[in-house]
Amino acid sequence: MTPTTQTSALEALEIELLLEGIHRHYGLDFRGYAYPSLRRRILNRVSSEKLDTISALTNRVLHDPECMQRLLFGLTVNVTSMFRDTAFYKVFRSKVVPLLRTYPFIRIWHAGCATGEEVYSLAILLTEDALYDRCRIYATDIDEVVIQQAKTGIFPLGAMRDYTANYIRAGGTGSFSSYYSANYDNAVLRSSLKTNLVFSTHNLVSDARFNDFHVILCRNVMIYFDKALQDRVHALFHESLLRLGFLGLGKRESMRFTPHEDRYEAVDAAEKLFRKVA
Amino acid sequence: MVFEVLVMGASSGGHQALSILLAALPAPFPLPMVLVQHRLGEDSDALATSLASRSPHPVLDVEDKYPITPGQVHLAPAGYHLLLGPDGFQLSTAPPVHYSRPSIDVLFESAAHIHGPGVLAVILTGSSADGAEGAAAIVRNGGTLLVQYPASAESSIMPAAALAAVPTALALSLPDLAVHIASLCPDSSSAARPSPLQKELP
Repeated sequence: MTPTTQTSALEALEIELLLEGIHRHYGLDFRGYAYPSLRRRILNRVSSEKLDTISALTNRVLHDPECMQRLLFGLTVNVTSMFRDTAFYKVFRSKVVPLLRTYPFIRIWHAGCATGEEVYSLAILLTEDALYDRCRIYATDIDEVVIQQAKTGIFPLGAMRDYTANYIRAGGTGSFSSYYSANYDNAVLRSSLKTNLVFSTHNLVSDARFNDFHVILCRNVMIYFDKALQDRVHALFHESLLRLGFLGLGKRESMRFTPHEDRYEAVDAAEKLFRKVA
Repeated sequence: MVFEVLVMGASSGGHQALSILLAALPAPFPLPMVLVQHRLGEDSDALATSLASRSPHPVLDVEDKYPITPGQVHLAPAGYHLLLGPDGFQLSTAPPVHYSRPSIDVLFESAAHIHGPGVLAVILTGSSADGAEGAAAIVRNGGTLLVQYPASAESSIMPAAALAAVPTALALSLPDLAVHIASLCPDSSSAARPSPLQKELP
């Protein structure tokens, strides 16, 4: 072995031990996460903690729950924004909403909602389409801390300018500023948007199905999973979706490389909106 | 040296440089080509379409877990980091690196880790230091770095930063880069699988 392959084998071992330790001590299972970004995020954490090795990070993570929380926040990549991928909302409005109207009550699961920006975006869209009263949106994330933040419905005021532009491009029909009030550096979302939201922790890796849904959104979450875990989560979504229910994935995610491809038809191939047909 | 993947990074001025470089590389090209071109926000597929129209190689925006395919140009999609892994491509929406997502450093670092000496990397024109750290990681892991000769680049900052990080890298003009890459990558009919011994060569 060359020195670099030796280093890299040792690093792989250290990552394995870290994940095993986290799983056994905290009950969080990252062993099915896709290796390239997992490794990158772990190495970033090692450097942010000013440590020299992954083993040193393992030591700190096991003895310091706050360090675990910092690592968790990095591993789960909570990057989000309101009306992210504006075209998705346009398509949702034109192709999904008309069909949802035919149901008396609509259950939606937003899996991996992070700090909630996209959940509130959906609540705004459904409000404008006069459908929100009939909906309940279950918004879940593995991370209790981000769920608590999502529940507040408070976002940095500075982000609202970009969000307003997104809202317009996403086909918003009202005035975005009517959905929040400014409070110092914060934008506090209108409480009516929260009425039909249920925030809760849920771990896609280890938790079971908890309801039947008309819509499941899981956008840019499964890109962090390896293929085997992706297939398992797809199976969970498939069994949680009602027949003819909708599944929305991230812009660059695909059903093509999963065994569930034939159970869905594309509602909009470009925006990764699918409908369960089998 | 038997290469497994050609990775390329470009920023401002990259569209034209890539058009010239890709057009000059022989088709079918024996290696998978993986490309980060800095671009903004919620871009469309316009870059892939434009590059494909000027190149003899198929060009596509990568989707998650897409297999790494020889002869194809795999383009990092706007708004995502692109990483190479054992399962094929992986995408990530982690924060920008050097204000860029996709970032060249992220791609190159992952390529260095997984393909070691099998990486042939090219840094083209750009006005950012993105790519320099990744280029250093590639060379540290036994891979090979080529750089667009800074004075010949539309924007010299990025190739100059890569050369500062890896002073031993060969710097060439675009036409010479194409010739040199082609000479380093014999077509698949004559390319043997790398033996473990070959992989250990620096």
